[in-house]
Amino acid sequence: MSKQINVALIGNPNTGKTSVFNALTGLNQKVGNYPGITVDKKEGICKLSRGVKAHILDLPGTYSLNASSLDENVVIELLLNKNDKNYPDVAVIVSDVENLKRNLLLFTQIKDLKIPTILAINMADRMSRKGISLDIELLEKELKTKITLVSTRKNEGITDLKALIENYKTLSTEPCLDTSTIDTEYFNSLKQAFPNQDLYKLWVVISQDANFGKIDRNELDFSKFKTKSKSELKRLQQKETIKRYQFINGVLKEGQTIDVTKAKGLRAQFDRVLTHKVWGYVIFFVILLTIFQAIYDWATVPMDFIDSSFASLADWIKVTFSGGGKLTNLIAEGVVAGIGGIVIFIPQIAFLFLFIAVLEESGYMSRVVFLMDRIMRRFGLSGKSIVPLISGTACAIPAIMATRNIENWKERLITILVTPFTTCSARLPVYLIIIALVIPEGRFLGLSYQALTLMLLYLIGFGMAVFSAYILDKILKTNRKTFFVIEMPSYKVPLLKNVILTVIEKTKTFVFEAGRIILAISIVLWILASYGPGKEFNNAETIVEQTYPELQGEQLENKVASYKLEHSFIGIVGKTIEPAIRPLGYDWKIGIGLVTSFAAREVFVGTLATIYSVGSALDDDDKTIKNRMANEVHDNGKKVFTLASGISLLLFYAFAMQCMSTLAIVKRETNSWKWPMIQLFGMSLIAYIVALIAFQILK
Amino acid sequence: MSLTIADLKKGEKAIIVDSSSEDIPLKLLEMGCLPGNIVELLQVAPFHDPIYLNINDSYLAIRKETAALILIDIINE
Repeated sequence: MSKQINVALIGNPNTGKTSVFNALTGLNQKVGNYPGITVDKKEGICKLSRGVKAHILDLPGTYSLNASSLDENVVIELLLNKNDKNYPDVAVIVSDVENLKRNLLLFTQIKDLKIPTILAINMADRMSRKGISLDIELLEKELKTKITLVSTRKNEGITDLKALIENYKTLSTEPCLDTSTIDTEYFNSLKQAFPNQDLYKLWVVISQDANFGKIDRNELDFSKFKTKSKSELKRLQQKETIKRYQFINGVLKEGQTIDVTKAKGLRAQFDRVLTHKVWGYVIFFVILLTIFQAIYDWATVPMDFIDSSFASLADWIKVTFSGGGKLTNLIAEGVVAGIGGIVIFIPQIAFLFLFIAVLEESGYMSRVVFLMDRIMRRFGLSGKSIVPLISGTACAIPAIMATRNIENWKERLITILVTPFTTCSARLPVYLIIIALVIPEGRFLGLSYQALTLMLLYLIGFGMAVFSAYILDKILKTNRKTFFVIEMPSYKVPLLKNVILTVIEKTKTFVFEAGRIILAISIVLWILASYGPGKEFNNAETIVEQTYPELQGEQLENKVASYKLEHSFIGIVGKTIEPAIRPLGYDWKIGIGLVTSFAAREVFVGTLATIYSVGSALDDDDKTIKNRMANEVHDNGKKVFTLASGISLLLFYAFAMQCMSTLAIVKRETNSWKWPMIQLFGMSLIAYIVALIAFQILK
Repeated sequence: MSLTIADLKKGEKAIIVDSSSEDIPLKLLEMGCLPGNIVELLQVAPFHDPIYLNINDSYLAIRKETAALILIDIINE
């Protein structure tokens, strides 16, 4: 096995670190998780010359070694732990040429850990436009490093960077700053107490918040040493920062010249419009409409195609392997339908992340956060919550995945928890058929009652999301202090490669992480609907033929299917829960619909179609299923679908957490079953109570 | 009566005098919010919160409550 060089890519956010990563690794990359936390771990392989390979780890963006988030903590943990298998042989600090000063702060810190370090100055193509010129030779000498100018946009400097990585052994490991000059007295006593430890590493361990666990403080014996209070430590950290900036300013004074008269930038002009008190919101609204339109409308073309392809595949399997019996049915109706239920979300997820990636890459997203923060903060949300909440109107799954951008954990958690209240597209088929059944035709101020009801349902969903965010904000406690500092990056034309890789990565995450759980539950639901105890289920054909001797062909088949479903396990579940849902105005048949809705809400319509034995081809038989539902009566002869039970059902669907795919993705994003369970029971309880009140008042 | 960044008007520049309050996140200091550096208010969101600043060539937005902790001297041009 040839020797692999471990490379860590480190840098501030918005420096194009990911572009450098993509340029080095191409498609040879994978995204995983750091054990126990939901921070993405991106790694890849880069081929150097003569068969040497480099393992590239793209560490989360950070401004310094002082961690204020889990993401940043990952960086420190790795760099302090020499035994970690990913401990870098060489660190590449990616920095933005436009803000070298700030980027060098992190550089000097990494350097002081005595890790061989390369400085990659990215976006070098912007230098002339900004009037920046650098004396590379002088900078290399002062910073005791090797520097390469990189432009991922023009694909320049990557070869040089690879060559530097390959020759990492020649790099100096001399530090930039003598740590003890921060506070001579304190650091001397530290040195005496721990003579065998590296002073700067010691300082990093000591100055970090205690809850950043894995760096083992216990190995250090603090008994001999007087520790400082938190505020004293903070003052020292501030002093360290000032010292570092003094050093950096000194270096840049000689090594960098900026001719302000040559600097051209569109930042001010763009900002004037995009963060304008009126136009800023108008533009944001238009962009949202476009995204919404794409997810809601454009995505339906590939979705319909996927839907019909999987349906024909299932049919084909049934016909071709008709001798396979139960196994064939399991594969066709359980596995294939289950996989189809996952794949069908891909277009919506891809579209959403296409837009989000473009908005992020261009620098626009920070402006939205700036505009929305104050408004959203009233409800315990962040400016960044607005995108998930709006995209939840199409589908909660990509919306919840989009909350990754919210750094503050509490604000992110609240966003995840309330997003499923917004009316997703899967609720629409249910709404449409029930509205058509129970809401009278007629107009109010020229608008039809039915359209008004639909609009009201959307408003109720959004209102409930905001209201419950407000309540959760009061309930949830976090011990982590939260603050809000966001960088406003310069505007850039998004790189196509980055955008596409983001879309692929997010889609893959969904398919493989959430997909497994969705598939498992689909199979369970299928088994419950396809098997039943006792002779009613197993002798369904004979019983139906005897009871309805006049039925023939398809009608007979439908009746058998309906009879089987009634006596299957899931039918029994429906009958068992009937006493509980009776006060809401539902019977056991609707109960089955509620249970199968967990596969996806729109399954409700198909399930009712099966139960009422009208076949599942909804479009042709729309009238028939509507008529069947309209004529459905309780044992006592009263109609099942009245205004009261209809409204009750609409409200139940508006609030209940009935989507296993969403639960699966929440599990993934929060890394625990606690939050999806809270959603499942909390939302369903709210739904039950509201539906109960509505039915009891209206009946 | 000392002024803070929260008192700045759009387009005004100032020199940071003190940023040692304990409630100022370290991240902000690391981005250059240190005594002697220049700060300029570029844009304000509705309700004057958050505010969009250029501090020491870093462009960033902070909430008003944080801005009120950073003492400044306004530069009159």
